[in-house]
Amino acid sequence: MTTTNAIIIDYEMGNVASVAKALDKLAIKNKLSNRKSDIKKATHLILPGVGAFGDGIKNLTKLGLVDILNKKVVQDKTPFLGICLGMQLLAEKGHEFGEHAGLGWIKGETIKLNSPTLPHIGWNDIKILKDDILKNIPDKNFYFVHSYVLKPADKKIIIATCKYGVEFPAVIRHKNIFATQFHPEKSQLSGLKVIDNFIKQNA
Amino acid sequence: MLFNGFNLIKTIKFNTVRNLGNPVQMAKVYNSRNVDELIFIDMKASEENRSPSLEIIKNITKECFMPLTIGGGIHSIENIQKLLKIGADKISINSEALVHSEFVTQAAKKFGSQCVVVSIDAKRIGKDHYVFRNRGRENTKLKAVDWAKKVEKLGAGEIFLNSIDQDGVMKGYDLELIKKVSSAVSIPVIACGGAGKVQDIIDTVKIGGADAVSLASMFHYSGHTSNSIKERMQGSKIPVRIL
Repeated sequence: MTTTNAIIIDYEMGNVASVAKALDKLAIKNKLSNRKSDIKKATHLILPGVGAFGDGIKNLTKLGLVDILNKKVVQDKTPFLGICLGMQLLAEKGHEFGEHAGLGWIKGETIKLNSPTLPHIGWNDIKILKDDILKNIPDKNFYFVHSYVLKPADKKIIIATCKYGVEFPAVIRHKNIFATQFHPEKSQLSGLKVIDNFIKQNA
Repeated sequence: MLFNGFNLIKTIKFNTVRNLGNPVQMAKVYNSRNVDELIFIDMKASEENRSPSLEIIKNITKECFMPLTIGGGIHSIENIQKLLKIGADKISINSEALVHSEFVTQAAKKFGSQCVVVSIDAKRIGKDHYVFRNRGRENTKLKAVDWAKKVEKLGAGEIFLNSIDQDGVMKGYDLELIKKVSSAVSIPVIACGGAGKVQDIIDTVKIGGADAVSLASMFHYSGHTSNSIKERMQGSKIPVRIL
């Protein structure tokens, strides 16, 4: 068994430090980095982020990380967790402030949440469809801050949903790719458990 | 959580100061009690013309796995960037918005409205409520309702509404102030100042129309915890997050 070495991708999009301290709390070795050499050695990859779709992709491109991420995640099947914007960027395209191409690892689009008040900020219950990385969580309340959601073409990859105006995917899993629309790093014990599950179930 | 540069404190009517000790310790307690959000205000930062106390805030963020709003001494985009980088989710602007209102718009454009809270300190004078600055010492002559509408237009994502009259007295919120402001804007209003018993909180949501309530004294000076309060709120059919 290899030692865990989680790399949190620092691409200048919002609150990445919180994810690092969540992993610290769980005593999981981690590093915030945007260096290819670090990403190459990662046993787990986490893409956090708060912000707009276009900026997110622009920053990943500017830092030259798209190719190495494609290789690590799609080809080498390194366990990957996208959080919030990090989930939305997995789509083929996004519609925030114009149309932008995404990473394209998940077939589907990132669209505006069809809800009367946006952004959706606050604690909401999720509906669990499959246990997976949601196993043994103490409660189903998670913290959300977003206006857009990833709508996958294949509904079978959705493992939990949340309802805010309309029902939307809260957690997805496609092979080694996991993603949450909520912020596990801000969702108290349940959130920490999701991160812990992601790391340990994919060790 | 109110901080004066050294200690956690609790004021009464923005005046009488009571010392409550180490803020990091308290953040730990709140985290273990699963509060929904923590608001940390360094109330002396602007007055003493210093930047937010990054070291203390960093230690607090290490203890908190819930959303964190930081205020006090925020006068530049750089201040905000530094706070977000160490783990803040939202920042709360007060005096700078009153001096340079365009700062609210700049911050909202750069970090998104969800990140920008505008804090309003209001005091009743006659029939109206006015916005005060400089920790309640100076009347800006702006009506609280007008200022709330303005900051919404400027791009604020939330309003943190403090009643100077009710601060720390534990005799109930200023329902009239909360009602006036929350019905004038469509962004969430967090009511602060005056909670002494659970019914005060229920009234603030049901009568005042507040989207959220903020408490300090009740946690410091009564036996209540966030869960014991929320259980009663749920009994009154207010949706809450209970563990």
